[in-house]
Amino acid sequence: MKILVCITKAPDTTTKISFTDNDTKLNEAGVQWIINPYDEWYALVRALELKEAGIASAIHLITVGKKDDTEPVIRKALALGGDEAYRIDADSNDSYYIAMQIADYAKSNQYHLIMTGKESIDYNNASIGAMIAEGLDLPFISHVSKLDIANHTATVNREIEGGEETNTCSLPLVISCQKGMAEARIPNMRGIMAARTKPLHTITPTDHPALTSIVSYELPPQKSGVKMIDADNMDELVKLLHEEAKVI
Amino acid sequence: MILIFAEQQNGQFKKASLEAISYGAKLAELQQCEAKIIVLGEASDIANLAQYGVATILHASDSRLKHLNAKAYTKAIAEIAQQQQAHTIIFSNNNTAKSIAPRLSVRLQAGLVSGVVAMPSLQDGFVVKKSVFSGKAFSYVKINTDKKILSIIPNSFGVEKKDMQAAIENISLTLDDQDFGVTMVSQNKVTGIVPLSEAELVVSGGRGLKGPENWGILEDLANSIGATLACSRPVADSHWRPHHEHVGQTGGTIRPNLYIAVGISGAIQHLAGVNSSKTIVVINKDQEAPFFKAADYGVLGDAFEVVPKLTEAIKKFKGTLQS
Ligand SMILES: Cc1cc2nc3c(=O)[nH]c(=O)nc-3n(C[C@H](O)[C@H](O)[C@H](O)COP(=O)(O)OP(=O)(O)OC[C@H]3O[C@@H](n4cnc5c(N)ncnc54)[C@H](O)[C@@H]3O)c2cc1C
Ligand SMILES: Nc1ncnc2c1ncn2[C@@H]1O[C@H](COP(=O)(O)O)[C@@H](O)[C@H]1O
Repeated sequence: MKILVCITKAPDTTTKISFTDNDTKLNEAGVQWIINPYDEWYALVRALELKEAGIASAIHLITVGKKDDTEPVIRKALALGGDEAYRIDADSNDSYYIAMQIADYAKSNQYHLIMTGKESIDYNNASIGAMIAEGLDLPFISHVSKLDIANHTATVNREIEGGEETNTCSLPLVISCQKGMAEARIPNMRGIMAARTKPLHTITPTDHPALTSIVSYELPPQKSGVKMIDADNMDELVKLLHEEAKVI
Repeated sequence: MILIFAEQQNGQFKKASLEAISYGAKLAELQQCEAKIIVLGEASDIANLAQYGVATILHASDSRLKHLNAKAYTKAIAEIAQQQQAHTIIFSNNNTAKSIAPRLSVRLQAGLVSGVVAMPSLQDGFVVKKSVFSGKAFSYVKINTDKKILSIIPNSFGVEKKDMQAAIENISLTLDDQDFGVTMVSQNKVTGIVPLSEAELVVSGGRGLKGPENWGILEDLANSIGATLACSRPVADSHWRPHHEHVGQTGGTIRPNLYIAVGISGAIQHLAGVNSSKTIVVINKDQEAPFFKAADYGVLGDAFEVVPKLTEAIKKFKGTLQS
């Protein structure tokens, strides 16, 4: 069984977000790029576990992005594990465009399972997995927190509003992964050394339109300042929440 | 034509779907066009949906649509969209929408913006504001296609009631058994509690509470105002609380009207998920806690003393409201 894991880069979670060029671009000065946490901690690690358990035979990683900023991230992913990686050489933030690139590649390569993170922590679209599934006419299950595979069938837990569900579906299948699936791992020295020589193929993008484009960014308004309330005067807090904030 | 998907879950409608209907009604007014609601699967009180601003309800009651199958739902909505010549489809941005809106975007070649927080601006094309960087910022996204799909973040748009008479049209669809590849084996739902993503009031606890055995005071506080509980990541990681309560950059992103943070330091990753909350109250015993900078109201003190006092004050206040 072959698994394809979709990996994207994301600014480190401690990044203080700001913008340049008239608020049209992320200010990348000083930004550390990491593997999008959902792709790493959950999708990739669970894929590796399935290989270690003898259920998966090959793990391939794929990313859509430019060489300079994506290759170091995909090498980091290879240091955790995975047999080879593919980078589609395009720079886009349109979900449709990215998903169609991945779908086009997957079409000719017979994966039984395609895994994405639940969402990218920069664009938060939670869209690309479902779009890949549609492009390949495959079933899709989102927000998976547990995955087992036996007899060519996946049994998953998926998060729903206010609870959880168990679903089954036969492969091939696309899923998006979240907390619960696996425990985060730290790459070891052997993994890091091995990653240097693992194949990282570059693919030329196929022709697809961008259905959306980002016009500009904006930071949320600053809070006007905290009003401190005496710990012995909770009546005052309740009054403010009722009369001033009007939330209770 | 604008279509609004109103999701039934076990035959019931959530507030978030009603918000989507009101959003669609407002957009129809702005664009001077018609709007209709789509309901897939059996549900009770369908006619009630009209009072949120849209009279016509298209109902496909095919029993196989009882439960989400992303492929089948996508096909169903695409078919309806084509019949109705819809140019815009509205969803509430929950886990269901996240599995069907993107598929529909591919199928209809309709640009999708998910995580919408405001009405679009129509001055220069069709531009929508959405949340990005896990709540740390917003982006304005232009949809380049004629057909458009918007997925609205729950609790970012109020419901508006109107005096409307429902007109329900039953529709039948051409669905294949093949489109129902996913089988639901079992469901485990916390009942009686508003899910975190939709909650208007949230009480959240951090490592400052010392251990799971101390959550009683937070539960009492939450019960006093009907709030949903949340927690910081280390709390969920240590299994003090269930994972679905974890909020922040790598947990849920929420935007309640009131977020009460107890014993949470306010790390940047935590703030990311909660700083869209309309009002933030921070209870912490360290005056240097970074969370105070992001708060509207702050109480410096020991949670074990302050929280029960706050609960008492709320109960007293609720009592005076009733009498
Ligand atoms: C990649 C990454 C992703 C992350 N994602 C998230 C995320 O999604 N969500 C998240 O929450 N964190 C996340 N974190 C972790 C984050 O950096 C912080 O470590 C975490 O939020 C701290 O949790 P806390 O505030 O509960 O605990 P602490 O930082 O330990 O703070 C406890 C607070 O309680 C106060 N306190 C102690 N005793 C009392 C008392 N008796 N009464 C009142 N106050 C008291 C203390 O003054 C302190 O401010 C992430 C970290 C990384 C690296
Ligand atoms: N540029 C990309 N290359 C490869 N995979 C991606 C890319 N962007 C997003 N993904 C995958 O799609 C998931 C959801 O991303 P998004 O739809 O942007 O929230 C991510 O967690 C990744 O697994």
